[in-house]
Amino acid sequence: MFIEKIAKKSAMKKYYVTVAAIFIAAALIAFGVKNDGNMEVFNKARMICLECIGIG
Amino acid sequence: MATSNKNLQKNNFIRLAFQIFWAAITNGYMKGFSSAHIYGGKLKNICVPGLNCYSCLGAFFACPIGSLQSLISNRAFKASCYVIGFISLFGTIFGRAVCGFLCPFGLVQDLIYKIPFFKKRKNLPLHNVIRFLRYVVLVLFVIVLPITALDEFGFGFTWFCKYICPSGTLFAGIPLLAGNEMLRSSAGVIFSWKMCVLLAVLFFSLWSWRPFCKYVCPLGVIYGAFNKFAIYRFELDNSKCTKCGECQRVCKADIKVWETPNSSECVRCGECVASCPTGALKKNIARRVATP
Repeated sequence: MFIEKIAKKSAMKKYYVTVAAIFIAAALIAFGVKNDGNMEVFNKARMICLECIGIG
Repeated sequence: MATSNKNLQKNNFIRLAFQIFWAAITNGYMKGFSSAHIYGGKLKNICVPGLNCYSCLGAFFACPIGSLQSLISNRAFKASCYVIGFISLFGTIFGRAVCGFLCPFGLVQDLIYKIPFFKKRKNLPLHNVIRFLRYVVLVLFVIVLPITALDEFGFGFTWFCKYICPSGTLFAGIPLLAGNEMLRSSAGVIFSWKMCVLLAVLFFSLWSWRPFCKYVCPLGVIYGAFNKFAIYRFELDNSKCTKCGECQRVCKADIKVWETPNSSECVRCGECVASCPTGALKKNIARRVATP
């Protein structure tokens, strides 16, 4: 009974951490988009990355 | 035992099929392969979960580690929240299942490990020392050096991409140099170094399972931190577990699964679940209450 109670509490704790992490991740993406993060990624990724291929 | 073997084969077949499917759809820009040019459309706004170089001829999306280094090396710290958010989201949903199912370089290492060449071993010599290398790579090559080592214009470099990433060499460097005469003539010492890194990783992949993921990959370190509370997780029913050790025996990462089913080393290949003789291990999704 006692162990079950602890397991239940621990599962709930993990569940809330998961939910909080999803909200934080979504907020980070939104904040990044507001600061043109998506455009910065796009501008880098659409060009050949000379560093990635060991030339730059 | 026969059922366990059948389950294991089925599990491995499904995972391999999914890895190939994912690698094909995220790197399906066929025009790139025929013309030696990369895709430059709007999808490159979005990061893929795995280590998939954005300079790969077929890549539709951006690499999260390359993008992160690029933004922080350009001092765009606020903008880098976009990439950190993507990594956190993938990590919270999948944990290191990203490594097991959605990373094309993981697939390459898995395929090479299947070649019956060396006597296979779970870990490389000095495992307990070199397993900390990936933390050094993450902190030094992905964060500290791109921020602190600047050129005369105040910009940093993508150090991990430039000096280490074998995924970039394999999927981008070699195909681009093969198809582009101008790039080929510019290749020098750094490309030779990167080829050595790639060959070393491929050689060790013949011997030990996924050495790059185990010892070098910074993305694996980040996703590993999410494993304990990711939505997709493994659960152990203690009342069914006999601690027979079969899960650790089949685990290529040598994890004591009955002790830590959500270890940060686990890439969720599912072989332990498929081979558990009592069915004590289960793949599960996060719930508010503990499963019975």
